[in-house]
Amino acid sequence: MTGGGSAGTGRLLGLLGLAAVPTAVLGLFFLLPVAGMLERGLWPEGSFEPGAVLEVLGTDRTRRVVWFTVWTSSVATAASVLLGLPAAYVLHRLRFPLRGAVRAALLVPFVLPTVVVGIAVRELVADSGPLGFLGLDGTPVAILIGLVFFNVAVVIRTVGAAWEGLDRRPAEAAAALGAAPWQVLVTVTLPALRPAIVSAASVVFLFCATGFGVVLTLGGVRYASVETEIYLLTTGAITGSVELGAAAALSIVQLVAVVALLGVAARLRAVPDPTVRRSVAAPTRPRRRDLPALFVTGGVLAAVALPIATLVVGSLRRDGAWTLVHYRALTGVGADAGGNGGGLLRAPVTEALGNSLRIAVDATWMSLLLGLLVAVVVTSRSRSAAERRVRSAFDGLFMLPLGVSAVTLGFGFLITLDEPPLDLRSSPLLVPVAQALVALPLVVRVLVPVLQGIDDRQRQAAASLGAGPLRSLLTVDVPVLWRPLLVAAGFAFAVSLGEFGATSFIVRADVPTLPVVIYRLIGSPGQLNYGTALAASVVLAAVTALVVLLVERLRVPGAGTF
Amino acid sequence: MKRILAATAAVALTTGCSVMTGDEQSASDSAPGGGNAECGEVVLVTHDSFTLPKKVVRAFERDSGCTLVHSPAGDGGELTSKLTVTKGDPIGDVAFGVDNTFAAAALEAGVFAPYEADLPEGAERYLLPGDDDRVLTPVDNAGVCVNVDTAWFAGRDLEPPTSLDDLTDPAYEGLFVTPGATTSTPGMAFLLATIGEHGEDWPDYWEDLLANDAKVVKGWEDAYYVDFTYSGGDRPIVLSYDTSPAYTVEGGESSTAALLDTCFQQVEYAGVLEGAANPAGAERVVDFLLSPEVQAALPTSMYVFPVDDTVELPADWARFAARPEDPIEVAPEEIADNRRDWLSRWTDLTSG
Repeated sequence: MTGGGSAGTGRLLGLLGLAAVPTAVLGLFFLLPVAGMLERGLWPEGSFEPGAVLEVLGTDRTRRVVWFTVWTSSVATAASVLLGLPAAYVLHRLRFPLRGAVRAALLVPFVLPTVVVGIAVRELVADSGPLGFLGLDGTPVAILIGLVFFNVAVVIRTVGAAWEGLDRRPAEAAAALGAAPWQVLVTVTLPALRPAIVSAASVVFLFCATGFGVVLTLGGVRYASVETEIYLLTTGAITGSVELGAAAALSIVQLVAVVALLGVAARLRAVPDPTVRRSVAAPTRPRRRDLPALFVTGGVLAAVALPIATLVVGSLRRDGAWTLVHYRALTGVGADAGGNGGGLLRAPVTEALGNSLRIAVDATWMSLLLGLLVAVVVTSRSRSAAERRVRSAFDGLFMLPLGVSAVTLGFGFLITLDEPPLDLRSSPLLVPVAQALVALPLVVRVLVPVLQGIDDRQRQAAASLGAGPLRSLLTVDVPVLWRPLLVAAGFAFAVSLGEFGATSFIVRADVPTLPVVIYRLIGSPGQLNYGTALAASVVLAAVTALVVLLVERLRVPGAGTF
Repeated sequence: MKRILAATAAVALTTGCSVMTGDEQSASDSAPGGGNAECGEVVLVTHDSFTLPKKVVRAFERDSGCTLVHSPAGDGGELTSKLTVTKGDPIGDVAFGVDNTFAAAALEAGVFAPYEADLPEGAERYLLPGDDDRVLTPVDNAGVCVNVDTAWFAGRDLEPPTSLDDLTDPAYEGLFVTPGATTSTPGMAFLLATIGEHGEDWPDYWEDLLANDAKVVKGWEDAYYVDFTYSGGDRPIVLSYDTSPAYTVEGGESSTAALLDTCFQQVEYAGVLEGAANPAGAERVVDFLLSPEVQAALPTSMYVFPVDDTVELPADWARFAARPEDPIEVAPEEIADNRRDWLSRWTDLTSG
C-alpha cells in the first residue's frame, strides 16, 4: 500500500513538473501582459474606476458589435464544419493522386496576409469583377466567405488527423448488420469523431471571433466586431487618444465569452470512453458512394483556389501582358519615387522571406514542445473527479491565447515586460514566443484526441513487461503520435508564418518579415510595388505549401508498425 | 520522464542560443568600427513606413559615433498609442512619424521632451501650432487629395470634378471611392478636409456625399487598387495623395490628376522621448532627420515632401506632383478636442 501511495505522489509530482514549463511560458508571455492591460484600463490612475467600463458595456454600439461578432462567428464556424467534414474524409481516408499536395495547399490561406486576400476577394466580387453580379461586395456574406476561406483548413486537418487513425471495424460491422451508409456515419463514425469535431469548431470560432483583418477588409467600414473595436480604441483611431478603459471592457467581454465557450466545448468533447481502437488500414480508392463527399471537397477546393488564382494571375500581369517582372523585383528593395530602383524597403523581399522562415521554425518547435507537454498532462488518466476538473481547466487555459485580443496582448507586452529581470520587449525571442502561443492551441487540439485514444492498458502492459517510462513512451505513444505531430507541426509553421495579430503590435527590432514587407509594398503607390506584393504573396504561399508537404512526408523508421 | 525533460531543455537552450547569436552578429555588423564612443546606442521608434538609404544611415553613424537602432512600431496611430502607453518608460530614445492629426494628443499626454532643433529653410511654417515648448520638429509633409482618372473622363466627354462640393453633384453619382476615417490615415485626412471646408455643417455634406453613392472602403490600397478605374475598377474618382499622379505616367503624360482644392496637409514630426536613456543621442537623430541628405532621400524612400525648401525633387515629382498652394487646414487642438465626436458621428453616418 505504501509503495502504491508513494508511486501516486511521484506520478503527481511528475505531472506537475511537466505542467510547470508551459504554465510558466503562458503566465509570463500571456497572462501577465493581458492582466497588465486590464489593470491599466480598469485602474487608470491607480484607483479602481469601473464607471467607464460599465458605460461602454451599456452602449447600443457595444451591443451591436457583440451581436455581430457572435452571429458571424457562429455561422462561419457551422459552415466551416459542414464543408470541412466531407473534405477531411476525402483528404484523409481516400487515396488519389496528389493527395498530399492538395492537403498542403489547403493551408495556404493561413499564411496569406489578410490585406492581400481581401484585395484578391474584392477583385472577384467588386461590381467591376467577374463575380460582381452577385452583389456581395461589402456585405456580411463576403465577411462570412472570408472567414470560412481562412478557417476551413482547421476543420479538415484536426478532424482528418483523428479520422485517419479511426478503426474501420465498428463501421464495417454496422454495415454488415444492415446499416445504411448514412446510418453508419451518424451512429458510429461521427460519435467517434466528436471530440475532434468539437475541438476544431471551438478553435474556428475563436479564430473567427478575433480575426479583425477579414472583417475590416471585406466588410468595409460598415461592420465592426469586438476585435476591430478593441483595435480602434487601443490605437486611438476612434478618439485620437488611447481608450484603454473601453478596450479593457471589451477585452473582458471577450475573456468571459471565451471561458464560457471553452466550458461548453469541454463538456461536449467529453465522451465516456475516449479510447479509440486504432487501425492502420490504408486509405481506400474512392467509390461511388463517396461522390457527394468528393463533390463538396471539389467545391471547397475551388472556393479556396479562386482568390489564390486571382493573386497568381495578378502577379504575372502588367500593362495587359504576361511578365515575370514582379518576380524579378523580389530581390530588390521595391520601386521608389525616382524610379531608380531602391529605397522603399529596408530589406529585399528574399531576405524578409528568410527572416520569416527562421522565426517560423523557432515558433514551430516551441509550440510543439509546449503542446506535447500540455497534451501529455491533459490526457494522463485522472484518479479522481477533482483531478479531472483541474486537468480540464489546465487544458482550457492554453486555449485562451486564441480568444483574447491580439492588440491587448501586443500592447500588454510593452507595458509589462519592460523592467529587469523581464526586460524582454525588444528581445528577438518575443516574436516566435508570441506566435508559438497562438499556434499552441492548435497543436494541443490535434494531439489531445489522439493521446486520449491510446488505451492506458498498453502502457501498463509495456511497464509490466519491464519497459521504463521512456521506452514505454517510444513504443506505445510515439508510433501513434508521430503522424498527428507532423500535422501539428505543419499547422504551427503555417500559423506562425501568417500570424499578424500580437506580433504586429510588438515593437520589433528591425528584422522585417515577409508579411510586413508585403503590407509595405501594397500600401505604396506604383503598379510595380503592387505587382511585387502579389508576387511576394505567391512565393509565401508556395514556400508554405512546400514546407508543409515535406514535413508531412517525414517518417521515423518503424513508426506506424505496431 | 526526467531524461525527456533534460533532453527537451537542452534542445530548447541550444536552439534558443542559435537564434540569439544570429541576431547579435547582425547587430554588430551594422555598428560602426571606429566612431567616437560618446554617443552610444540610440533607439529610433518610427511607423512602419520609415526607411532611409543604408549609406545615409551609415554616414550618420560614422560622423556622430552613434549606433542607430531602428524599431518600427505599426502605423501612425499605433505608433502614437504605443508612445502614450509607455510614457515615462519609453520604448526608445527618439520617435519619428507622429503626424498633425495625432500630435496634439501626444503633446497633451507628455510623451515628448523639449528640443529646439535648427530648422532648414522653409520648415518654420510646418511647426505644430500650440507646441510652445518646441517638443516636436517637422520632418516631412504630404497632401491627401482627391484624384481623378483623366483618361476615363476624356473618354466619356465629361468634365472631371474640381472641388469637394462637386463630389455631391449627381453628374458624379457612384464615381467616388474613399478609405474610411477610422481605418485609414488618409481616410481621416479626407474627413478633416471636409470638416475644414464645411465647418459644423460637415455631416450634411457627408449625407449628400453618401446619397450620391460614394463608396467607403477599409484602406487606401483597397480604394486605389480595387475600385479606382486606373487599376481596373469602376470608380474614376479616388482619395489618394498629391504625389500619386507621378506614378501613372506613360509616354511623358500622367493619366491621373490630383484636385488641388481638395487637399488636407499631413505633417510628420520627430521628437525626443521623455525619459529617454540617451537624450543626447536622440537630439542628434532629430538633427540628422533635418539634414540635407535625409531631406533629399525622403521623396524616394517614403513618398513624402521634405520640409527643406532647398532640396531638389525627383524629376517625375517636379513635373507631375503638383502641390496645393492653399491646403485645407484644421487646427491640431481642435482635432484633439473633437476627434471623438467627429468620428462617432461619421461612423453613424457611414454605417447607417
